Amino acid sequence: MQYTGGEIIVKLLENEGITKVCGIPGGANLPLYDALSKSDKIEHILARHEQGGGFIAQGIARATGKVGVCLATSGPGVTNLLTAIADAKLDSVPLVAITGQVSSSFLGTDAFQEVDTCGLAIPITKHNFFVRSVEELLHIIPEAFRVAESGRPGPVLVDIPRDVQMAKMEVLEWPKKKENSPLIENKKIEPVNMEDIAKIAEVINRAKRPILYIGGGILQANAHEELYKFAKKNNIPVASTLMGLGSYPSDDDLYLGMLGMHGAPHTNIILNETDLLIALGVRFDDRATGNITKFCPNATVIHVDIDPAELNKNKIAQYTLAGDLKEVLEKLFPLLSADDRQNWIDEITKIKNENPLYMPRKKGFYHPLNFIKEVGDMLDPETIITTDVGQHQMWVAQAYPFKKPRKLLTSGGLGTMGFGLPVAIGAALANPDKKVICISGDGSFLMNIQELATLAELNLNITVIILNNGCLGMVRQQQELFFNKNYVASKFKSNPDFASIANAFGVKGYDFTNVKEANELLRGILSTSAPSVINVPIDDRENVLPIVPPGAANYQMIGGKIIE
Amino acid sequence: MNNQDVVIQLTVNNHPGVMSHITGLFTRRAFNLEGILCGRLGNGKISRIYLLVKKDQRLDQIIKQLEKLYDVSEVLVCEDYNHKIFDDIHKLIRSDDVKK
Ligand SMILES: Cc1ncc(C[n+]2csc(CCOP(=O)(O)OP(=O)(O)O)c2C)c(N)n1
Repeated sequence: MQYTGGEIIVKLLENEGITKVCGIPGGANLPLYDALSKSDKIEHILARHEQGGGFIAQGIARATGKVGVCLATSGPGVTNLLTAIADAKLDSVPLVAITGQVSSSFLGTDAFQEVDTCGLAIPITKHNFFVRSVEELLHIIPEAFRVAESGRPGPVLVDIPRDVQMAKMEVLEWPKKKENSPLIENKKIEPVNMEDIAKIAEVINRAKRPILYIGGGILQANAHEELYKFAKKNNIPVASTLMGLGSYPSDDDLYLGMLGMHGAPHTNIILNETDLLIALGVRFDDRATGNITKFCPNATVIHVDIDPAELNKNKIAQYTLAGDLKEVLEKLFPLLSADDRQNWIDEITKIKNENPLYMPRKKGFYHPLNFIKEVGDMLDPETIITTDVGQHQMWVAQAYPFKKPRKLLTSGGLGTMGFGLPVAIGAALANPDKKVICISGDGSFLMNIQELATLAELNLNITVIILNNGCLGMVRQQQELFFNKNYVASKFKSNPDFASIANAFGVKGYDFTNVKEANELLRGILSTSAPSVINVPIDDRENVLPIVPPGAANYQMIGGKIIE
Repeated sequence: MNNQDVVIQLTVNNHPGVMSHITGLFTRRAFNLEGILCGRLGNGKISRIYLLVKKDQRLDQIIKQLEKLYDVSEVLVCEDYNHKIFDDIHKLIRSDDVKK
């Protein structure tokens, strides 16, 4: 049978098991949209801005671990999408972006809405493909999915000229979905070597003060259960990066909390004491390590990651292993001795008790840490939390009781304001049975507020909570602490009425300004499933503490101990 | 001629985007590229690229990043390379002989 390029793309997306794609149509991708309208397997989600569309697709991917798909037209459609792609690259999120391009005969002529999409995409994608003919689609589309989800996942862009989407060809046999092959990046690697495993197990068994330093790689590898068994058997305390939160239950005795720039005081102090750092699925990011030369100064380092390029990149490790974390942990487990590590655990308990994370209980309901804790206690552990970027994001990381993986969706690597709402929409689309909460700031929320229209249309179970401090809080904080309180361009002279805006979009809006005992009201709102936005006023002088100043070692954090 | 340089030998798929992926990687990772030599191999489906780079502690990282590129099928480091080739190119460029 004869198929157009557009029809072929749609059929190949169906073969990949894709049921939702998200984007905005335009001149250069109309043939694809025309074909998409005939699919009864794929639902199209119309975003209101391509960045929103890209983040909705990311929400699907981050919540499920499967590839998210977004569509954009050439030119401005592409440039709008770039932020969401770059964000996916830095957090290793599997994404396939299919972009329309001007017709082949116009390429390179500065035609209307022509930009060098592949050129723009190179530094922010795992790979990108330019499709020269309709025949190439049969190879490139399945290949794009394989690259996006194999090894260390990441975004892949496929740029397709309009004439290629319209061209027809005879297809007799469709390519099968490529299995998520055991590839590292796109090269085959040797299976994990048992000699390396034995050596590492021995080093761990011998260590006196080991610490597990875990990150997003644990949830990417779906290895949280193996991690738990592993830590428990040998009694190794666990410190997590922002991206790893939820991979280890926060209510477990061995859990130390988040490390790094805004980590709990005890976490950073304990890391300074360790003699063996077991780094799993992490990349020694500067926000986690502080001054890297002073990070874990007395420790031997074991580093396991699926991406060989991360090994010895920022920190030299004595033992490195490139491989799948689930497999590595499974193989290590039987070689690990059961140990109660009583001395080390006692020492840690002492440091924990002497240097706890500051919880300002006396400051009441509207202190952001108390408020987030309160929200956490009202919701069940299946609830998905998305955040924007700023102080509120760090407060969530510090105070929300995450117990399961893929329950915190946050922009770690790129730190993109505007992330929260569209990612919440994607997460809710992929999890119709779960509630999704977006915790945002009054600055970030405005950056993708147009997606409230998408939310109203889809009527999803999402509550947006805006912690409103009337300013770009994280910037204000840095200015207070490091720029002599010169508050330039961080205070809003006016701010919209967020509850009214939400109502105007068709989403229920609430304002907690002047509401004294908001506890019951909050519980009531969270128990419904209609989309809602809550404006929560908070004190604009609150800071995220402790904080490791730029260039300092993690143990040199300031504001670790606060007297109420 | 100097022994602070090494040559990285790449085998790559021969299509238009490849060169920008490679040079883009050098720009993005702030790694210097001293010289490039490239040409088709055999039937033209694959190409060979030689990159002249400074030998420093970041070499290991750039090799690993090159290995991750989709269109790069093989990466070899030649410590002991024929210096004359790049020297000849430099001479050629200085002499303006290409124009004739
Ligand atoms: C797109 C983008 N622009 C600028 C920044 C720099 N930045 C980081 S945090 C922040 C302030 C965020 O303000 P808000 O969303 O109100 O959160 P708060 O810090 O007040 O909780 C800014 C401007 C960023 N991370 N992302």
